[in-house]
Parts: sequence; structure tokens; C-alpha cells
Amino acid sequence: MVLLLQYTIIFASVLCLVALGGCFSEHSGVINLGLEGIMVMGALGGAVTMFLLPASSAKIVIVLCTTLAAILVGMLFSCLLAVACINFKADQTLIGTAMNLLATAAATVFVRAMNTSINPDNVSTSIQYIQEKKAFLKYFGKFEFNWFMVMAVVLLIASYFLLYKTKFGLRLQACGENPQAADSVGINVYKMRWAGVLISGFLGGLGGIVYITAGVSEWKFEMGVAGFGFLALAVMIFGQWKPTNIALAALLFGLFRALSNVYTGIPFLAAMNIPSTVYNMLPYIISLIVLAFTSKNSRAPKAEGIPYDKGMR
Amino acid sequence: MKEKNLLKNPSFQAILTSLVCIVLGLLIGFVVLLMINPAGAGEAIKTILLNFLTRASAAAQMKALGNTLAKTAPLLMCALSICFCYKVGLFNIGAPGQYEAGACIGLYAALAWHCNWVICLILAAIAGAIVGAISGTLKAYRNVNEVISGIMLNWIMLYMTNMILSRKAVKDPASPYTIKLASGNKGALIPSAGLNKLFANNTTVTIAIPLAILFAILIWVILSKTKFGYELRATGFNKEAAKYAGMKEKQNIIVTLAIGGALAGIGAAFLFLTGYQEWSTTQTSVPGMGFNGIAATFLGGLHPIGTIFASFFIQSITDGGALINKSVYPSQISDLISSIIIYLCGFVLFFKFALNNWIKKKEKKEVSKVEGAAVKAEGGDK
Repeated sequence: MVLLLQYTIIFASVLCLVALGGCFSEHSGVINLGLEGIMVMGALGGAVTMFLLPASSAKIVIVLCTTLAAILVGMLFSCLLAVACINFKADQTLIGTAMNLLATAAATVFVRAMNTSINPDNVSTSIQYIQEKKAFLKYFGKFEFNWFMVMAVVLLIASYFLLYKTKFGLRLQACGENPQAADSVGINVYKMRWAGVLISGFLGGLGGIVYITAGVSEWKFEMGVAGFGFLALAVMIFGQWKPTNIALAALLFGLFRALSNVYTGIPFLAAMNIPSTVYNMLPYIISLIVLAFTSKNSRAPKAEGIPYDKGMR
Repeated sequence: MKEKNLLKNPSFQAILTSLVCIVLGLLIGFVVLLMINPAGAGEAIKTILLNFLTRASAAAQMKALGNTLAKTAPLLMCALSICFCYKVGLFNIGAPGQYEAGACIGLYAALAWHCNWVICLILAAIAGAIVGAISGTLKAYRNVNEVISGIMLNWIMLYMTNMILSRKAVKDPASPYTIKLASGNKGALIPSAGLNKLFANNTTVTIAIPLAILFAILIWVILSKTKFGYELRATGFNKEAAKYAGMKEKQNIIVTLAIGGALAGIGAAFLFLTGYQEWSTTQTSVPGMGFNGIAATFLGGLHPIGTIFASFFIQSITDGGALINKSVYPSQISDLISSIIIYLCGFVLFFKFALNNWIKKKEKKEVSKVEGAAVKAEGGDK
């Protein structure tokens, strides 16, 4: 049971962070299908930092450096989306898909090149960071507490305030709802959209490093992040683009993911003998059903997916 | 004058932009190779580009070409699925899910029900079409964006396929893969009709390859030469206008995605019913075939015929990547190149726009020059 709780909270933290990232991007009017890719790149940045830092470094140094590296790489990678979709008005679905493929390929190439340059016989696609990873963990009895859980909660509250209680957040939302109107009152739509995408890079990159340090024991980069970016997209939709609902949705979907990992350890669930694939499938099925019933009067930002063109009114 | 006309020609523009994307993609790939190890980078990029031509003997070359072609056929089908839907204004990112459904039912019919290949193929197409139609129905009646429902269905179908193909009747008990068709049910293998003789007895070369090309031509004819295709495209262009003109716009959306789904489903059958590979029931990521299809579609200039060549190119560099010196370079370098190419394809519209603008400006300048000269000449006369 402790294991289930632990997995649920850590998966929920990942999903919540990444879904909030998607939420900012979409509120600014850009659909971010590249979340999965941003997560991979963030994970790569964080993992390489952990690998490079000596294991004897102070815990706080490891935590801060890794987090910052993941955020930075995530934001850098999200620039690819911003440049193409905001400045060059490219198809957002196409660019997002390209970014997902690009991130996995680039991360794999990078990690393998790094591994072979250190040891020519090492052709694996994983980075060793088991020692450094311990900096993030703290044990309360059997419960493995992770500092990222705190970060997720703090960023959730911060996101709520940023989106609803600040001038910036309201302007950002205006750009996703009606960019022409926003422009007419002097808001720079391009800048706001850039901000939205960069914030999604920030949160997505962080989500990536949380996933690989906490959710799984060892990570092969050729696997990407196993669809967590897309699951986060589902969380965002189920949460109807609102931070508080996103947090609840993340908990629910995190629970499903956790169940698929540990259900064999819980007697009554093991007795039901539902294959783990069902738990993996459920979040997607639920989101699809929710979509079917809510999309008629959807809460989705109205102008999302449409490149903003100053000349069109 | 002639050169300018050529630049204005849309198909020439499409080919030009695709070539620019390819060259840039290869260039970036080459730079990455140089950064990893400058000594063999030239050799490596040559291997990626030449693929089967780097094999020693003519027979080995033909055999390798056969392998590439065998995988091009399913890729082409996925690309056609995306291309067809895109022409009708729908982004069928659900192609991988439809592909999974086709693989699931196709293999299940082959191994559990012992159907022959024609029935398996048809069932795979139907399975893909149903998954496509789900997206279509949600879009038409419930206003759900087909991209989002497609992504959800990709994952639902992945897990469902894993579950169904893990059953005793179809899964090899000793491995995570499904039973080999050659031992499970030979009748479900797509016949070769002598084509394998051309490719040094490569048994994976089947009539799937010419069939895929026929499908490409068929899609082109349907889209550009028939009333049906016209109606579909009109719906994609402006749903309200199509409705006003008396077309059944909702039905058209569903039909489009169902056709797209059928194409992707057939694509899966074209891979798994040739015995080229088996389905791994433990895979945790959506197969790349559908996503590579997006690359082939956009690289092919969103034209069914261009897609044929683009699919071959994408598959060829992917196979070429597997041939490079793996102790120095990672084979994923070709995935990197093709993903960069897809990314660059996003800029194609902008590039064309800029090109056309540039041509217009230049023409205007020339016209005003001629006019200016004429005015001068007139002035001189008086």
C-alpha cells in the first residue's frame, strides 16, 4: 500500500508538472504536442548533469544543478516549437510530432556517443546516476519521499496564481482566446505566445527529470518517456485546462499508472486478475469519453492551434 | 523567362523544397557525425545515403534492396493514410493506432482463425477503418479534435493489441513475440508471385510492394479526378460551405478517416503478413511506422505520387543507418536525420510563400522598369 501511495504521488507529480506546461502553452494559443519530446530533453539534461557531478557533492548542489539543467534544456528545446509555430506559422501538429521524434533520436545519439567515447565497448543508451539520484530521496519508514513532490506542489500553486491572479496570466489567456482583441489593446501576441511555450518547456523539462529519477529505476533513452507526455496531454484535457482540476486529474491518472506497476502486490486487486494493460489503457479511455461529452462546449482556448497573423482581423 | 516560369510551377516548388529539407537534414546529420568522430563521418553519411548499394555483391545488393522495399510498402500505406486525410483537412495522427489495429486483427485472424492472406488483409483494413471511424465520429458529432482523439486511440490500441496478441493461440510461449507465420499459418503469408526471384530469393518481397504503389495511384485518382474526392476536399476546405452546397459534411469526415484508417490497417498487414517481423507483445511505445509516415507525407509534398519516392527515401536512410560502423556511431543517427527533415517540412509553406513573394516583387520591378523606359522613350519623342 505504501508503495502504491508513493508511486501514485510521484507519477502524479510528473503528470501535473507536464500538464501544467501544456496548459500554459495552450492558454497562449499554441498546441504543444511536443511535450513528450521536451520531457526527454529535460531528462537528458538532468541525467547528464547528475552523471558529471561527483557523487560526493553536497545534496543541495546536486538537487539544484540537476533541476536547473533539466529546466534549461527543456526551455531551449521548446524554442524549436516557438520559432516554427509562432514566427514561421508552421503546422503545430507537424512540428510537435517532429519534436517528439527528434528528441528521442537526439537523446539516444547523444547518450550513446557519450558512453562510447568514455568506454568504446559501452553501446548502452542509459546513463549511470544511481549514487547522485539518492540526493533527491528521503525515507520516512518505507515511504520514499522525493523532493520533486514538494516542487510539484509549489509550482502548482505558483501556476494557479500566475494564470489567474496576475496581469501576465490574464493577458496570456487573452492571447489564446482572442488574439486579435488582445493585439488591439496593445498586447504583443507573439511575445505572449513565446512566454507560454517557454513556460511549457520549463515545466515539461522538469517533469522529464522527475520521471526518470523517480518513476523508474534505470532509464534507456531510446524508449523516450513511454508516452508520459501524451498522458499529460490527457490530464490537461481531463482537467479542462484549469490548474486545480489538472492536479486532481494528475492524481487520478497517476493512480492508474501506479496500479499497473504494483497491482500484483495488493491481494484484492491481484485476485481480480486484471492485466496491467487495462490500467495503462484506462486513463486514455477516460479522457476520450470525457472529451466526447465536453467538447461541444469545450473549455479549450478558442484560438489554440491557429497561428496568429497580424494582417488577419 | 523560362527559369522563372519553372520556379512558379507548384510541383517544381514542391520538389525543390523537399530537396532543400533533405539536404539540410543530411547536413545537420553530417555535422553530428563529425562531432562524434571526424575520421569516419564521410564514410558513415555515404553508407546512410547509399544503403543497399554498399553491399559487396550484386546478389547481396538486391537482397538488401528487397528488405528496404518490403518495409517501404507499409510505410507508404501509412503515409498515404496521412496524406489522404490531410488533403481533406484532417491531420490523421491516429495512423499508428489504426496500424496497430490492423496488425492486431490481421495477425489474430492469421494465427488463431487460420484465415488465408486475402481475408486477413481485408480484416486488417476493416479494423483500421473502424478505429479511424471512431475518430471521425467523435469529430463530426462531438466536436472532438481528431488529433487529440487520434493520440488517445494510439495508446489505447497499443495496449489492446498487446493484450489480444498475448493470448495463447497467437503468442510464441518462449518469447514476447507472436508465432512466426511461416510455422503458424503459411497461407496467411502474402504471395510473392515470383517477385522474390528478382531480389535474390528474398522471401519478404511480395506483391505488397506493387499493391502499395497501386494504392498510391488510386488515392491520387480518387482525390483529384472524381466527384467523391472533390466533395471530400471541399468539406476539408470549408465545412460550412460544403454543407451549404448540399454535401453531407459530417458523413464526409467519418468516411475520410475510415478510409485513412483502412489504408493504415493495410499497411500493418503489408508488414506483418510478409513474415518480415513479428509483433512484440511487450512493446511500450507506439510503433514508429505511423510517425515516419508523417515524414514521408510531408517530404512527398503532400502528393500521393511524391509520397512513393519520399517513403522509399525515408526507409532507405533508416536501413542505411543500421549499416554504419556501430562501434563508433549510433544507428539512430538516421532517425535523427529523418526527424530533422520532418521538422524542416514545417517551414515549407513559409518557404513557398517567401519564394512566391520574391518572384512577384521581381516581376513588378521589371514591369515598372519597362514602363519607366517606355515613359522615357515617349518623353524623348516629344
